[in-house]
Amino acid sequence: MSILGNRVLRKEDQKFLTTGGTYVEDVPLEGAVHIVYVRSPMAHARIRSIETSEALESPGVVAVFTAQDIDLDPMPPGAPFANRAMTRPWLADGVVRFVGDMVAAVVADTRERAVDGAELVFVDYETLTPVVDASTAADNPTLVHEDAGTNVVLRLPDDFVSAGIEQVAAEVDLFEGCDVVIRQRMVNQRVAPCPLEVRASAAKWEDGHLTQWSTTQAPHSVKDTLVQLFELQPDQVRVIAPDVGGGFGAKIGGYPEELFVAWVSRRIDRPARWVETRSESMMTLGHGRGQIQEAELGGTRDGKLLGYKLTITQDAGAYPNFGAFLPVMTRLMLTGVYDITKTEFSSCSVATNTNPTVAYRGAGRPEATAAIERMVDIFADEIGMDPAELRRKNLIGKECFPFTTAVGTTYDIGDYEQALDRVLEAAGYAELREEQRQRRDSGDTKQMGIGLSTYVEVTNGIPGSEFGAVEVLADGKARVRTGTSPHGQGHVTAWAMLVADQLGIPVEDVEVIHGDTDEVPRGVGTFGSKSLQSGGVAVHQAAERVVEKAKKLVADLLEANPNDIELDKENRRFHVAGTPSVTKSWAELVEASGDAGLSAEVDFAAPGPTFPFGAHIVVAEVDTETGHVSLERIIAVDDAGRLMNPLIAEGQVHGGLAQGVAQALMEEMCYDDQGNPITANLADYAFVSAAELPSFETHPMETPTPINPLGAKGIGESGTIGSTPAVQNAVVDALSHLGVRHVDMPTTPIRVWSAIKEAKGDR
Amino acid sequence: MKVEVGVNGVAYERDVEPRTLLVYFLRKLGLTGTNVGCDTTSCGACTVLLDGESVKSCTVLAVQVDGRSITTIEGLADGEELHPMQRAFREHHGLQCGYCTPGMVMAAVSLVAENPDLDEHQVREGLEGNLCRCTGYHNIVAAVLDAAQSSREGAW
Repeated sequence: MSILGNRVLRKEDQKFLTTGGTYVEDVPLEGAVHIVYVRSPMAHARIRSIETSEALESPGVVAVFTAQDIDLDPMPPGAPFANRAMTRPWLADGVVRFVGDMVAAVVADTRERAVDGAELVFVDYETLTPVVDASTAADNPTLVHEDAGTNVVLRLPDDFVSAGIEQVAAEVDLFEGCDVVIRQRMVNQRVAPCPLEVRASAAKWEDGHLTQWSTTQAPHSVKDTLVQLFELQPDQVRVIAPDVGGGFGAKIGGYPEELFVAWVSRRIDRPARWVETRSESMMTLGHGRGQIQEAELGGTRDGKLLGYKLTITQDAGAYPNFGAFLPVMTRLMLTGVYDITKTEFSSCSVATNTNPTVAYRGAGRPEATAAIERMVDIFADEIGMDPAELRRKNLIGKECFPFTTAVGTTYDIGDYEQALDRVLEAAGYAELREEQRQRRDSGDTKQMGIGLSTYVEVTNGIPGSEFGAVEVLADGKARVRTGTSPHGQGHVTAWAMLVADQLGIPVEDVEVIHGDTDEVPRGVGTFGSKSLQSGGVAVHQAAERVVEKAKKLVADLLEANPNDIELDKENRRFHVAGTPSVTKSWAELVEASGDAGLSAEVDFAAPGPTFPFGAHIVVAEVDTETGHVSLERIIAVDDAGRLMNPLIAEGQVHGGLAQGVAQALMEEMCYDDQGNPITANLADYAFVSAAELPSFETHPMETPTPINPLGAKGIGESGTIGSTPAVQNAVVDALSHLGVRHVDMPTTPIRVWSAIKEAKGDR
Repeated sequence: MKVEVGVNGVAYERDVEPRTLLVYFLRKLGLTGTNVGCDTTSCGACTVLLDGESVKSCTVLAVQVDGRSITTIEGLADGEELHPMQRAFREHHGLQCGYCTPGMVMAAVSLVAENPDLDEHQVREGLEGNLCRCTGYHNIVAAVLDAAQSSREGAW
């Protein structure tokens, strides 16, 4: 029986539970100096002068660098199609563009002395008007980047049309035949990803070779950047991602703070390290989301949805990064699980004097789902139909796959109605509605909300191949090298299971190497819920090839036909079919293979992305006197195809659900009108804790995808994508009978209370 | 200033700057299992036991622990034998990236030691000061309840 599909406990856990992991800050680095960045306290200002002499005299300070010391080209925007003039200097060059912008780097022999030194760098600023509000940034006469001549970073579909990527769609009467068209403005607020480990980076040069430690999701991409930056040969750079304390999309790219450590190290000829503080991280690690959405949804009174329009303003922050590109991902998933044939989409990504936005758990897809799922609920309310019923009427049927949506996205496979049925049954939907009715009738101050969401999302959405290698060692154990870069996802266990499944070598005897560009020749990394369906498949196929090679070898040794060779996985021995007494072990085969060894490498490129789906129900209790929301139940049906290790898959769902709740209920990265971040530490930022969450009721569903041989889709982001609108819908649902139609996220007590007051006032 | 302290049963005597926080003191001893996740005493990644009770070591000065005894994650297991709380975290998949784990485990040990007879609500409230971004707390809560059960059965 295959080990796949079993709840195998993680190999990774022992060290985390006994000694703790080895994160960048923990890596021993003899003689390393510490870097502290002096950051701008102004959102937008011209730098008149920077006085560094006192800092240089401060005990332990080795060097202070400012823009004038830099011999590197500015960093280009980190988003495809972004306005190329919006570059990022390594240290602010005359202008600071957000609170937290790097102005100077203070280098000292200890972290404490670097902090002391940084306090003695005096910067004279001339205040400029900041651009803070994304909704008006495109027309704001103040420019974040004067050279760009505009605050517009990327416009869709215009920039795709001019790039020849797509044609202008023919004019359609979007809402023809609609009895009802509803409109709603929604803010998908900016949030802070908050991996528990903040960013850290360390660098060491030896004989022109650079070793860089980085808390990253994609070490090979960091290596590529460093190779280009310092004009080196690939074999002169080694990037190591040791244990990485979470990423959630925000640690995909190489940040200037991290890469600059290598520059400092080379310049002063000493190993160097930088570890940020949490407050620094809240200000300057990329933020997520940040979309203002104007949506229109039309359909008939009997519940057939016909036309959908979404217009987005995306806040890219001061230096466009992947955040500017998020609307492209939102557009891919525009109509979600529904068969809506007419659509219109446009977006404008803008620069503002705020921290740049990046990918964050879901990256553009939660925004798409939030918009359509909120609109479907509003539409149901408008026509007086149960939201579950309206959804059912418009779901893409399971017989329709592969299904190409109105925006041209082709979904691999799905059974949305079954997911909906399952979640309704698991929740006891009819009973919940009855209880809700009773509370409404009694005028209870604690009202009950039942929030639904039916979602589909895209995983492995950016095509590419991933590397996987399997090698059998002389002692009969196995070693895997993977291009994925896990930081909590359990690849060490899951990839060992894939090998055990093919080779029969037990999980504990399979070593998995990742996150070191010297040990793993190629790699893409871990993001976009892609790892199992790309890197996992590569490992699976490499293991298959190793078995094929082994069978040929056994055939040679036993003078038999390779097709007659069988592997008894239980005993880890090969034999000729019918003669189980004469056998060869893995160790014997490795010895027999000589210098060639017994190994295989695979670069697996999936023919396309996969589209996990599911249905969530959230039961919330809303105190109509205080606006406080408490979550009673979260029921989640998620289909990520075939599950290799349900224990790990569930863990991914749990974390996703919590982050969805966090955005829907609590978290928001706020700036005041001068561009000062006002939630820039974990005391002010409403990071979700155990106390705000119920235990989750998860119900896996497995519809294997035809896209890859494992039948696996991604599971890392589904929980967030499904739960965020389910929570928001639950809050509004609790109040809909009072006349409340929409409450923006986060649905904080003040917002909920105000919405109730406003609805009452209207009546 | 001079500090004499027992850490995981080993006596240390060190000269420290008065401003040194306990967490950095411990990390400089090579005990890097205790992590720093914030600068506002919010996240609990640095939680250790001070004379058997959980404290956030980012908010204790090293000089304050003079003459006292500290247990960190490195000192929790009995040789190769995991503490029941460590075992429960593993069996319930109560950790992913591992960064919050040492602090979370130490906080949970102290919580259960204080009241082994606690329910889910009390576990959630009791761990409010320990943040985790990966697990959604579901499996952490399950692990702590399981370990509490084993404590009631006398396994601790």
